[in-house]
Amino acid sequence: MQSDNRPLSPHLQIYRLPLTAITSITHRLSGLLLGLGAFGMVYWLVALASGPEAYAAAQAAAGSVIGQIVMILFSLALFYHLANGIRHLFWDAGYGFELETAHRTGQAAIAAAVVLTIIAWVIGYSVGGA
Amino acid sequence: MAKFSLPANSKVTEGERYTAPSGAKDIKVFKVYRWDPDSGRNPRLDAYEVDMGSCGPMVLDALIKIKNEVDSTLTFRRSCREGICGSCAMNIDGQNTLACTKAVEDVKGEVRVYPLPSMPVVKDLVPDLTHFYAQYASIKPWIRTQTPAPPDRERLQSKEDRAELDGLYECILCACCSTSCPSYWWNPDRYLGPAVLLQAYRWIADSRDEATGERLDDLEDPFKLYRCHTIMNCTSVCPKGLNPAKAIAEIKKLMIERR
Repeated sequence: MQSDNRPLSPHLQIYRLPLTAITSITHRLSGLLLGLGAFGMVYWLVALASGPEAYAAAQAAAGSVIGQIVMILFSLALFYHLANGIRHLFWDAGYGFELETAHRTGQAAIAAAVVLTIIAWVIGYSVGGA
Repeated sequence: MAKFSLPANSKVTEGERYTAPSGAKDIKVFKVYRWDPDSGRNPRLDAYEVDMGSCGPMVLDALIKIKNEVDSTLTFRRSCREGICGSCAMNIDGQNTLACTKAVEDVKGEVRVYPLPSMPVVKDLVPDLTHFYAQYASIKPWIRTQTPAPPDRERLQSKEDRAELDGLYECILCACCSTSCPSYWWNPDRYLGPAVLLQAYRWIADSRDEATGERLDDLEDPFKLYRCHTIMNCTSVCPKGLNPAKAIAEIKKLMIERR
């Protein structure tokens, strides 16, 4: 039978991903964002070491509307990666594999990320101002 | 490597529509993946209107009805029609399951039926499982021993040791879990996938098996075992209610413990 022209059946295009898959890919994406965000942190530190003018420019960039949005997203990625990372630690120890449990811990990781981000920025704005 | 789009010859096109006979009251639309190896054309999605008033309750009943009454060229595997043989594993309503145990009424709207995902298609809903079976054979799924068997009886096992195999021995190798796994989609050649790893653990966990060390050696590989990232699509879809993700985690734990 001729077999070299066989098509590949559809996968990602048609698959209805469960919450555990969504939290998994989000873990990767947030990790990627943290890696990119590290460049921003390095830029800020380099500006800090380069003198008052460079530091003022960095502060202005960070304080701009776009800068604040980027930092909020960065902190959201940080808290999500942290919360879901703890979930992974439990998995690595062999706990939390029941579907019901995995579903609830996934919801908890998302909720924790959002709540921690809000708390961090409420504190940030009330202490430091915009 | 992850390839998010389908190759040019695999893109699914719009197919034909077969309307239900007049007088049908309870019509359900089944959109079914079709590919004919002799046509030279791309796969297509045919729409069949099925009168559920004269059809059994399961998706497999509808597929058989379509094959019997509408289009005899529709090709799919089926045998036991009670969830024990694993032949009719396919993607229904976006998730892998057995057509014989999936109730039509559990699907809202159109029922979309595809072959198991990211597999070479032989025809219509029939995927080529050759590689999957070869991977299964690669873990040597039989008892391996050094010591001679007792001359007067079988190799015995305590009830507790036997209970270790519960949740593992029930696997019917339908491939629902492996073909639901994005890691398996991206690395089918080198990652063993949830079904085969659950089977590997079934023999590791067997108190009568004496090749545990060799079995773990064989799995100690960045791809064979460690492409599992706990996405848990496998456990979500297993039609037997098994937990391949947990079995894989147990293998990973044993890898650490024996260091």
